[in-house]
Amino acid sequence: MIQADLNVILPEMILAVYAMLALLLAVYSTKDKLGPLLIWTTSGLMAVLALWIAGSGSGTNVAFGGMFVDDGFARFAKVTILLSAAAVLVMGQDYMAQRGMLKFEYPLLVSLSVVGMMMMVSAGDLMSLYMGLELQSLALYVVASMRRDSVKSTEAGLKYFVLGALSSGLLLYGASLVYGFAGTTKFEGIIQVAQHGEVSIGLLFGIVFLISGMAFKVSAVPFHMWTPDVYEGAPTPVTAFFASAPKMAAMGLFARVMHDAFGNAVSDWSQVVAMLSVASMFLGAVAAIGQTNIKRLMAYSSIAHMGFALMGLASGTVFGVQAMLIYMAIYVTMNIGTFAFILMMEKDGKPVTDINALNLYSRREPGKALAMLVLLFSLAGVPPMLGFFGKFYVLRAAYDAGLAWLAIAGVVASVIGAFYYLRIVYYMYFGEEGEEMDRNSSPVLWGFLMASAAVMVLGIVNMFGVEGAAAAAAAMLVN
Amino acid sequence: MDNILSIVTFIPALAAAIMALFLRGEDEAAQRNSKYVALFATSITFLVSLGIYFEFDPANTGFQFVEETDWLLGLKYKMGVDGISVLFVMLTTFVMPLTILASWGIDKRVKEYMIAFLLLETLMLGVFMALDLVLFYLFFEAGLIPMFLIIGIWGGKERIYASFKFFLYTLLGSVLMLVAMVAMFSDAGTTDIEALMTHTFASNSFDVLGIHVVGGMQTLMFLAFFASFAVKMPMWPVHTWLPDAHVQAPTAGSVVLAAILLKMGGYGFLRFSLPMFPVGSHVMADMVLWMSAIAIVYTSLVALVQDDMKKLIAYSSVAHMGFVTMGIFAANQQGIDGAIFQMLSHGFISAALFLIVGVIYDRMHTREISAYGGLVVRMPAYALVFMFFTMGNVGLPGTSGFVGEFLTLMGAFQVNTWVAAVATSGVIFSACYALWLYRRVVFGDMIKAGLKTMSDMSMRERVIFAPLVVMTILLGVYPAVVTDIIGPSTAALVDNFNHSLAAADLSATSQTASH
Repeated sequence: MIQADLNVILPEMILAVYAMLALLLAVYSTKDKLGPLLIWTTSGLMAVLALWIAGSGSGTNVAFGGMFVDDGFARFAKVTILLSAAAVLVMGQDYMAQRGMLKFEYPLLVSLSVVGMMMMVSAGDLMSLYMGLELQSLALYVVASMRRDSVKSTEAGLKYFVLGALSSGLLLYGASLVYGFAGTTKFEGIIQVAQHGEVSIGLLFGIVFLISGMAFKVSAVPFHMWTPDVYEGAPTPVTAFFASAPKMAAMGLFARVMHDAFGNAVSDWSQVVAMLSVASMFLGAVAAIGQTNIKRLMAYSSIAHMGFALMGLASGTVFGVQAMLIYMAIYVTMNIGTFAFILMMEKDGKPVTDINALNLYSRREPGKALAMLVLLFSLAGVPPMLGFFGKFYVLRAAYDAGLAWLAIAGVVASVIGAFYYLRIVYYMYFGEEGEEMDRNSSPVLWGFLMASAAVMVLGIVNMFGVEGAAAAAAAMLVN
Repeated sequence: MDNILSIVTFIPALAAAIMALFLRGEDEAAQRNSKYVALFATSITFLVSLGIYFEFDPANTGFQFVEETDWLLGLKYKMGVDGISVLFVMLTTFVMPLTILASWGIDKRVKEYMIAFLLLETLMLGVFMALDLVLFYLFFEAGLIPMFLIIGIWGGKERIYASFKFFLYTLLGSVLMLVAMVAMFSDAGTTDIEALMTHTFASNSFDVLGIHVVGGMQTLMFLAFFASFAVKMPMWPVHTWLPDAHVQAPTAGSVVLAAILLKMGGYGFLRFSLPMFPVGSHVMADMVLWMSAIAIVYTSLVALVQDDMKKLIAYSSVAHMGFVTMGIFAANQQGIDGAIFQMLSHGFISAALFLIVGVIYDRMHTREISAYGGLVVRMPAYALVFMFFTMGNVGLPGTSGFVGEFLTLMGAFQVNTWVAAVATSGVIFSACYALWLYRRVVFGDMIKAGLKTMSDMSMRERVIFAPLVVMTILLGVYPAVVTDIIGPSTAALVDNFNHSLAAADLSATSQTASH
């Protein structure tokens, strides 16, 4: 029995054991000099695990009496999480090394948080949900304040920690209410109790508190306050990480809980999620207009994007989950390219985050500017980039579920949001000649930027098969 | 060639990709190369597209040269042309080489400029050929990106404001259409335009937020599409982006905008609104007719008081587009024939007028009307061409402008006499502003010192205008070259429209069959 259980969680175990062994090795050897090596081994391992999970898994495997579920949905989310985490680690290496932040803990903390994320999307029980979530969060709090000598970075970490603890509290409270009224912490038990039309008031409160906790993790309005500060304060590679893998994990967890535990009471929570969605889309669009710091801007952008992903979830259908997964996969890909670009923004060896610095960037670096242009229009959801298709899927899902008003609100918000993406284009292409930034020619960053932009353009042919995978994943989650 | 449509559509994009990847450097040789590559690519596109024109069978009212491949999410990559769209394809391929020639004087970031125009051509051609809703939307919206860059990078002083206004205004109009498209996809289960034309969308009235919607779903979808096409057209009162965009855009940008991009709105009405939402169109027809009439009169009056030549022509474009919407929503054979004719004719004439402004702008770097006067002394050939297209703009019989205006007025007269009467007065106003502009710029005494050294049109400029003059006269004296091709398709469109209305059991006041 235990053998079978362990087989199911083998990828997570490998990554966890790797992280701990590497930790020991580093502590007892050359410590931080091992940083670069660990970056490569960690991301290599993640990539291998991603390929393994994508290639080997089939069907639904349950471990530990339903605590841990390994199904198509979890595999889809895990592959996205692992690949994006691996990409972000490699991308950030130079940046961290140049600023003396490439501690050996960095890749290992990231791998531990990835283990937490993998548990989150596989959770089959409120207990394992919380364990995964906390493992992920604790590691993230530390990497947010990786730059120990910077006030902003430590402040970011502290803010993240305090607010994260609050949200964990909300989530725990919700979980305890659910447990109290459903009599079980297992999703398969909760779903029997939470039937449509028979959800008791206590259970409903539990659902709302659970949603609040998870909304914090996906940074949906009104639980978004930490996002801009943490994004701005954290070192850029860490920000890039925040904007990719944890978002996918949190959305995966969200979908997992809502469908596995409360899938029979969709009408009870879909309104709540729809409100989160519409509020996030509008706040993300409006609040970003005044930003000049590109990292803060990307924070609001991610809030708006989470709003769109939640639109898929709010529809409460198989297609909605599929749309959400596709949206997230596209979003993560776009973000990796965008942050590769941001990582290249340097002046006199110092990172620049003011979008003013991009003045007439297209003149000096036409190739990179073009790639960024593609990514920005993709983020804005303008066809023919792949970002448009992400929006199209969630709009379709929302409309089919009778949420036409949400679809209309979404497109209106996307027009408002288009403004600030255009503003970056404006600086890059229309601006006045200003002080030049350094010509950072890191081939790794360049490669990620170009690859991401190419995916946004070429992906419209067949989406590289992600559509089918997402459909299969969604079908396994929603019954 | 089975996939001639895709070939025509993607030749410019291919050329753009080649330029982006293989053309290096900013020196003069590189600049010249980009110009020649662009000219070559657009010319080849035109020559290949002639194949479509000659192979096209006007008697067949269905789609021709159809290509179909499955795509994501049950969407299709489907291209095809019918009598309504084929001439817009030809207009696009015809005008593009001329705009490239007109941009010969560009010396700032030439390569990027040419790439933007080539991509724009691909996207515009795609709009007229797409037979899948989402594919159409893709081309329709993507066209904003190159145009945004063209206005923003190579535009005039206020280019930033104009480019943002252009982009956001049209985007806001279009996203509502996107929601309607999602609704249609959901309702009909397909995005194939051919299939959607035969699908009947629900038209039973219901209440939304306490407002009684006659025509129900169809009216709502009509309004969503209307939001997009009316902005694109542009119709009064959502036309305000156009004068800004036109004034700030470089000459070639204005030409493309006026000659082709504006036609997408009219094309959209014909491709989507009338065939797919007949009841919705019928319910809203009166409103649109009156909006058109107001547009014709109001924008003509506004044109009268402009100081800037481009702005004047921009307002005149809005007025002429008023005739188009009026013809379309008269929903009879003359009206729709006239609307298509007017769009094609305006494609040639407005392109020529913007080029005419460009000729003197290149020399004097101002578009103020008051900065000119007495040009006929130094520039006789220019004065002649200007005169010719002024007449075309006014709608003088013998030029293509007359046929379109006359047909649309005739179509509107059968449906709503008052609208036709008001619109006809617009013809007089258009004569006022066009002739007055001509008088102030070309005649009078040449008192401004700077004008005394101006040279007449160069060989290149004459070459640009020659084909436009030919087309304007050809369409004016022998309109059958157009009506023979569009006639059967519009007849089928009107037939289907009336049948759908009859089936939906609405007493159609605008029917022409009863004559």
